[in-house]
Formats: sequence, structure tokens, C-alpha cells
Amino acid sequence: MAYTAGVDVGSTQTKAVLINEKKEIIGKSLIDTGANVIAAAERAYEIALENADIDPRFVEYVIGTGYGRYKVTFGNRQVTEISCHGRGAVHMFPNTRTVIDMGGQDSKAIKVNEKGEILDFCMNDKCAAGTGRFLGAAAVALDIPLDELGPTALLATKPIRISTTCTVFAESEVLAWLGKGKKVEDILRGVHQSIASRSIGLLRRVGVFDEVTFTGGVAKNIGMVKSLEEGLDRKVNVGENSHFMGAIGAALFALDHVLASRQPVAAEERR
Amino acid sequence: MKEKNNAINQEIVGRGNRDGANLFRQWFQELTATAEEGKGAAYVFVMGSINEILKTFDFPVVFPEINSLQTAVRRVAGELLSEAEDYGYSPDICGYVKADVAVQLNRGKHPMGRIPKPKIAVLTNACNTYLKWAEIWERIHDCPVFTIDIPGTRADGTQTWQGHIDFENDKKYIVAQLKELITVCEKISGQKFDIDKFRETLTHANTMSANWKRLLELNTCKPAVYNALTDGTIFLGVANGFRGAEAGARYFQELVQEMEYKVANGIGTVTDEQFRLFFVGVPCYPIFRRFNEFFTDWNGVFVSSTYLWFASGGTNVGFQYDVHDPLESLAEGLLISVRDAMDSMFHQHRIVMQSVEPFHLDGVVYHPIKSCRTVSTGLADGRRHVIENVDISTLFFESDLMDKRVVSEAQMKNRVDAFFEGMTSKKQTAGRV
Ligand SMILES: Nc1ncnc2c1ncn2[C@@H]1O[C@H](COP(=O)(O)OP(=O)(O)OP(=O)(O)O)[C@@H](O)[C@H]1O
Ligand code: SF4
Ligand SMILES: [Mg+2]
Repeated sequence: MAYTAGVDVGSTQTKAVLINEKKEIIGKSLIDTGANVIAAAERAYEIALENADIDPRFVEYVIGTGYGRYKVTFGNRQVTEISCHGRGAVHMFPNTRTVIDMGGQDSKAIKVNEKGEILDFCMNDKCAAGTGRFLGAAAVALDIPLDELGPTALLATKPIRISTTCTVFAESEVLAWLGKGKKVEDILRGVHQSIASRSIGLLRRVGVFDEVTFTGGVAKNIGMVKSLEEGLDRKVNVGENSHFMGAIGAALFALDHVLASRQPVAAEERR
Repeated sequence: MKEKNNAINQEIVGRGNRDGANLFRQWFQELTATAEEGKGAAYVFVMGSINEILKTFDFPVVFPEINSLQTAVRRVAGELLSEAEDYGYSPDICGYVKADVAVQLNRGKHPMGRIPKPKIAVLTNACNTYLKWAEIWERIHDCPVFTIDIPGTRADGTQTWQGHIDFENDKKYIVAQLKELITVCEKISGQKFDIDKFRETLTHANTMSANWKRLLELNTCKPAVYNALTDGTIFLGVANGFRGAEAGARYFQELVQEMEYKVANGIGTVTDEQFRLFFVGVPCYPIFRRFNEFFTDWNGVFVSSTYLWFASGGTNVGFQYDVHDPLESLAEGLLISVRDAMDSMFHQHRIVMQSVEPFHLDGVVYHPIKSCRTVSTGLADGRRHVIENVDISTLFFESDLMDKRVVSEAQMKNRVDAFFEGMTSKKQTAGRV
């Protein structure tokens, strides 16, 4: 039995996933990326190995992805997270044709075919407006833990319209609304809606096709799931492994490689 | 035999880039000498330089757009942009303008020499920034500004041609403006307009245009014999600076010979050409080499670009002037060529779709830039139109032609890599069937 791994070194968090030949997840890990990117990649991989309880010698191929993909020094190859999220999403939800990945610094809309291959993609440009970091800044301003952001937002009765999605202005805008006596949940719901509408803008640029799968750390946020669904007027796929989708995709690409190199004839035909 | 081939190889392959660099140096040396003698030059733009008339009066020509891009390639643009911004120019306006303003404020100091002051500025309406830019020189140097208004295509795909009333009216309108320009040039230079010399410049321009057109066509071959982005920028420099000059005509004749030789001998520009790409927009000059490597690292090569069309002022059309009817013919050529330059900015989807088959394209790279709304507006729509109509991979990513502050290498590379991953799996899938 061969194992492969995907290590997704994101700008905010590093995710590692180990899979077996049946494409089952046998180990995973999630840590903050921090300043030492190489160490984060190594540490995440170690934890995933411990979690799976296997020896690294049995891992035949490792693919690095995410912004820090070239820092996965023990990896065999690098693939962008755009390809990896697409692949992972179609593996987990085979009817996926559009993927929205919301991470710490980037939001990406990805159009895929039934094999998870990239047909088109679109990303937010340069700044972190409308991404996880903006939510983080709002969480700090409101003094609410990250994982309570979504549930709190869902309590809103009169959402506020937030005009900026600029991370730098998030705090002052949120504080201004608090100063005007607005309720925390109403402000938060507004924050979620404004981010969702930016992401929907990205999605519309690649075209929204059924089914839509939501990946990345922000997919853990139930408030964002609801805001996206409302804005798109359709259900979106999310699962317990949505945050790991990039790493899963990378591990699947690694498995492709292992299987292809075992069947030299088939590999020849491909060319 | 083999040795002889090697000798020919060394003599001919790469000659265009060598000679181009030499001509460039020579041009800037002449400009420096002009500046040092306290004399002025004609300031012109790449889309409709009217070099044909200005060279007839022996005006040295300055292309501020080329000066500015040189400051970016030579990595001094950042300082110049800050200087112009400190002076009061907004971060949002075209970086070419700001770098030039800083050069003007520094009395022509430029990394390639010294730029003389304008004694006249001649421009067309191909970019609305041109008009505002020339007004700046007018204020700083008190020089005359002459705008030639060239009617563009009325609506996408509706160009008219010789014999059509609109075309003939447009042509008359341009002839009248050219006559006025000649009078102004006579006054500034103190020289009478020499019609025979004018015919000569037109002949040189004809040679250049015919060869430019041929050059663009030659890269349909596999492997591509030049990189439309990097080599193309050198070619563009010569095409603009030496239009109407004998040296320019000769350069392009020899360049075509070089490329024909490479075609005949299968000498490509990358060792293992895997992806043939079409570039839409303006390059990223602050990290020019790296920018190109994003693509060549994947064995991708730019076989053509809209840039080679519009930044040559529509020379791609290959228009041939009739030297027996020089002024009318120049007007006709300007109308057709500058109009085409505008079309290749505003209606780029047409060129892209026409190029897919002959150039055997694998992908189209759209590079809108923050500086330039003229070229960048409409690229997103153009791309959408292309993907709806042809099965081709596209990449859309933004940076700038001058301003490193808005150039994010890691994010750009990420997008380029994803683009190639997509094309790679597409090729593999195609191979499987
Ligand atoms: N439990 C949680 N509840 C809500 N949000 C969360 C939770 N955990 C993480 N997040 C959000 O997910 C973001 C990180 O997501 P992810 O790991 O996908 O980003 P990344 O891959 O590091 O970033 P990028 O892809 O932009 O480089 C954090 O910024 C945070 O906002
Ligand atoms: S706005 Fe664009 S076309 Fe106009 S001068 Fe600047 S770069 Fe050139
Ligand atoms: Mg990520």
C-alpha cells in the first residue's frame, strides 16, 4: 500500500494531508504558518504522519502547494493551490463545477471540469480585501473568537451595510458602527455579506455553474456559508474537510504520479 | 561544411538584437548631442508619430513613451515616479507620463543620455493621455503642440475603405491637418518643405512596413523564431525611432533575413517549445526579465502580441505609400494604420481570434496594467468573448508597466503557474483520447 501527501502552506495556515491508494484520508494536520515557513511545512507534515501513525518512508510522493509551496523542501513537486483546490473539491463533491476558496489572504473562484481540471480562475488582486484576514480584523475589533464570528452573525435581525472590505479600514468601520449603538451581530452580518458579495463578484467572472463548492479556512464559518448561499441563491457544498481541500488535491496529484509511474505502458500511451 | 554553418549561424542569428541595441545607443547619442548643443527635438508618440514629415525636416525625434519604459527596464522608474508624485501628480495617472515629467524636471537627465527639450510636440488622438501629456510640455517648455485628429472606427468591425464617402471625408480631413503641420514645421525649422526628401522618407517607411508585416507573419512557424515580448520590444524601439530613415529600412530587411534563416533551419527561441502564447496588453517593464521567465520557465513562448500591432502605430497593416501622390497617400496610410492601432487596443478580441489557428496558439495572456486605461479597459470583456467562441486557455492578470509598487511577483507567478498547469492537463487529456 502506497501513501502520498499534500502539504498546503498557506499565507495564514499550513495544512497537511496523507492519503492511501484508495484515496482515503489517513492523517491530517493544521497549524499556523507563522514566520518560519519551512519549519511550518515540516511540522505540519510530522503531525500528519503521527496522526496517521505511519513511517515517512512509506510515503512515496509529496506535493507542496499554497504560497509557501517552494518552501516544502522535502516535497517532490509543487502545484499551485488553484489546481489543488479544484482537484480536491471535485474529488469530495464530484458534481462540483465552480469552486470558491477563501483563505487568509486570497479569495479564488475556480471553474473546473468533471475531472477537476482548471478551465478558468479569477482571484482578488493584491490586497486582502474580502478575505479571511478581513474577518480576523473584525473579530479583533469586536473582541470575538474566530469560530464564534459566524454563529454570532446569524443572530442578526437588521444587518448593517458595510461599505468597505479593506482590511486596513475594517477595524475603524466596525468601531464606528459600534459607536453609533449598532448591535454586534448586525455589524458582523454586514461584514459577512460584504465579503460574500466580493467573492460572488469573482465567481460571476468565471461563471457560476452547479455545483458550487466552498473551500479554505473561511468555509468553516457558518455565517459566510449562509451569506454566500443567500447571495448566490443556491446551496453550496461544504464538508468537514473543506479547509484541507488544497492539501487533499495535492495528495491526489501525488497519487496520480505514483500510480502513473507504476504503469509505464499506460504512461507511454498518454504521450 | 559544419564549420561554415556555424559561422553563418553566429553571424546572422541574434543580429537583429545586436544591431537593434546599437541603433538605440546611436539614437540616444544623437539626442544627447542635440541636448548639449542646446537644440530642440520633435516630441512624438508611438501611435501615429508622423515621422515621415518630421524626418523630412531633419528633426531629431524623441519618443517619451520609449524613454519612460527605458527608465523602468533600467530600474530607475521608482525614483522618477516618486519625484513626479512629490511634485503633485496623482499615483493614479499613467506612469509613462510621470517618469517623463521627472525627466523634464531634471532637465533631460536620462539613464541613456540627455533628452533635448521639445521644439514641437506632435500627437494623435490614439490615446487621450497624449493630449494631457503634451499640455504639460507646453506649460514647462512653452513649445507648440500639434494634434492630428485621426478618425477611428465608428463601431467594432465597421471600417470603411477607399471609395467610401466616410473614408474619403476622413482622408480629406487628415490631408488638411498635414498641410497645416507642414506649415508649422517650416516655420519652426526655417526650412522649406522638400518634397523629394519627403518621397525618400516615405520609401524607407514603405520598406519598413512591408518587412514588419512579414516579420509578424514569420512567427506563425514552429518553433517560433523570436519572442514577441522581449525581442519584440527591441523591434518596436527601432520601428518607432527609425521610421522613415534608411537605417530603419535596412534594419528590418536584415531582420527578416535573419528570421527567414531561422525558419529555414528550425532555430527557435526557446530550446523546447511547449506552449505558444499570444500576449494582449502592455508588458511589465519593472521586472521585465522575470516577467518573461514566468513563461519561458514552462517552455512557453510569446509568438505574437497586440502590442506589436498598436505600439508600432499600425505598421502591421504593411501600408505602402504611393510616392507619386505623397501627401494624400500619407493621409490614407495614417488613417488606415492609426485606426488599426486603435482597433487593436479596443477590439483586441478580433486579432486574438484570427490568430489562434495560424499561430497554433495554446493560450492567450491578458495583462491589463494600472497605468493605462486606454489599453486595459475592455480586456476582461474581450477575454470573455474569446473564451465563448474559441477553445483556448487564457490567463488574466494585472500589474503595471512602470510602477513596481503594484507589481506582486509571488501572486503573479501563482497565476501563471496555475495557467500552465491547466494547459498541461489539457494537453495530456487531448493526448489520451
Ligand atoms: N474555525 C474557524 N472559524 C472561522 N474561520 C476560520 C476558522 N479557522 C480558520 N478560519 C479562517 O480561515 C483563514 C485561513 O484559511 P486558510 O488556511 O484556507 O488560508 P491560507 O491557505 O493560509 O491562506 P491563502 O490561501 O490566502 O494563502 C483564517 O484567516 C480565518 O479567517
Ligand atoms: S495611458 Fe496607455 S496608451 Fe496612453 S500614454 Fe499611457 S501607456 Fe500609453
Ligand atoms: Mg490557501
